[in-house]
Amino acid sequence: MTFAEKILAKYGGETHVQPGQIVTVKPDHLLMHDNAAPIISKIQPELQQYGVFRKDLPVVVLDHVIPAAAEKNALQHKQIREFVKTHGLKYFFDVGCGVCHQIILEKGLALPGTLLLGSDSHTCSYGAVGAFSSGIDRTEAAALLLTGETWLKVPQSIKIILTGGLEKGVYAKDVILSIIGDLSASGADYCSVEFTGDIAQFSVDERFTMANMGVEMGAKNAVFPVDAVTVAYLTSIGVSQTKYQPIAADADAYYERVCTYDLSQIGPVVAVPHSVDAVKPITEVEGTEIQQCLLGTCTNGRVSDFEVAANILKGHNVHPSVRLLLLPSSRAVYLESLKKGFISVLLEAGATILPPGCGPCLGAHQGVLAPGERCLSTSNRNFKGRMGCKEAEIYLASPATVAVSAIHGKITDPRRMMRK
Amino acid sequence: MKVWEYGDNINTDMLFPGKYTYTCSTAEEIKPHLLEDLDPSFAKNVTEGDVIFAGKNFGCGSSREQPVVGLKAVGIAAVVAESFARIFYRSAINQGLLLIECPDAIGAYQPGDAVVLDVARGSISVGSKSFSFPKLPKEILAIRDAGGLLPYTREKLRQKKRLY
Repeated sequence: MTFAEKILAKYGGETHVQPGQIVTVKPDHLLMHDNAAPIISKIQPELQQYGVFRKDLPVVVLDHVIPAAAEKNALQHKQIREFVKTHGLKYFFDVGCGVCHQIILEKGLALPGTLLLGSDSHTCSYGAVGAFSSGIDRTEAAALLLTGETWLKVPQSIKIILTGGLEKGVYAKDVILSIIGDLSASGADYCSVEFTGDIAQFSVDERFTMANMGVEMGAKNAVFPVDAVTVAYLTSIGVSQTKYQPIAADADAYYERVCTYDLSQIGPVVAVPHSVDAVKPITEVEGTEIQQCLLGTCTNGRVSDFEVAANILKGHNVHPSVRLLLLPSSRAVYLESLKKGFISVLLEAGATILPPGCGPCLGAHQGVLAPGERCLSTSNRNFKGRMGCKEAEIYLASPATVAVSAIHGKITDPRRMMRK
Repeated sequence: MKVWEYGDNINTDMLFPGKYTYTCSTAEEIKPHLLEDLDPSFAKNVTEGDVIFAGKNFGCGSSREQPVVGLKAVGIAAVVAESFARIFYRSAINQGLLLIECPDAIGAYQPGDAVVLDVARGSISVGSKSFSFPKLPKEILAIRDAGGLLPYTREKLRQKKRLY
């Protein structure tokens, strides 16, 4: 059986499952963010009558519109805090803690072999540490809060084999964008994606970037095998190996599709408007003028991303016609990047730092674009209107590409600045 | 009945812009912004019983449910597409919005063709041609028959309470 088949068999109480089969599962955690307010408003009488299924089931993180941009957001945040208090929920992370997906990772709430569902499409990120995780809508989150269970269809699986090593100036973001460009925005629809091959070279941060974007090719979940890198990461956040049981695909598992990518053949790429699978080699878009750069988000807002950017921007200035926005994915990332001096380097170069959260990524506030403007971003979506303006353009790239381009005011190949 | 025709990869930002996600939650708040950045004429002119015909991967992107809630609220009888993105598909089950995955029907459609749905028989006719689409699994039909996931869940909770 594949990873997805094995974990869904385990959680579905079956010894064997096959694609297409429907199982009833009880997830370990249910993620909600600012949308917890509309979620709980759907089930007020039921919450009063039955309560939440488990106090340690929900993980509630305020991240999408923080600090509140308007009274309506403030009221929702207040309702969520009251809900958390009334029901004595164990896991609540208020404004400023970070983006929900990063929090789930850092707090050890997603572990190898566990199953999480969340009312956010990028819930698929936790495959970075060998968890099965997938996005659902608000209504389903409401039902899960009450019953603790839902149905899942066992998906077909796609195996992606990564071989060889990356050229200098090329990053995990370039890898996942290249894969999405190749397979298309619907190439993994309904499927479980398993990354394998020479993955030991990728840190958990980098695996997170790749798993995070699984949904951009339609995947139900995207997962990496658990190895020494995973174990070392989990140990570093205080989770010992005795706390989890990894699940690995069987050697004879059947995959609907197997794709192999030679990493040495991948160069820096950019996803151009208005689709994540509109991926082009950077050489084709070099010179495109940009007015805003976004460095951060749940895709690329970790310490290692700020380190890459700081190494590039050290001693340089952000181009006068560019606004460089930093969006750390959590307070812990922010603090660590401060201690290591990356934030001061970036601020000295002319960056503006935003509170850890989702910020401009979804266009609700902070860094909304004007008509005719272009933003080069490390985030995961470049849909039309995504940053609040349908007449603006969003280009997606790695932190290195964004940092180099911020200096030049136009999209620039990061290999030009890499010291060999 | 009007057929609204769109292409591949119609994403959730096109269906309902993300900037409204945390200010609009009810059907009445959602309706005026439906398909705002894709087709501004939709919200003004859509009427009950209309259908949407689209290409591959309809509803890709965010997990926001406003597109589904809104399409249901304005009376869209069905979204027919070559394929759907999975969160959108689940969400449609949860809200009781009918989705029909039928690439042949999309391929056969010519502007002006009459479209007739027969949900009970699982068939859709486009002009003079008729196509069948597969029935949903029983677990899923139970949710739809209950009127959506919340009514289904309420009934489940009531039954559980009776047991104890």
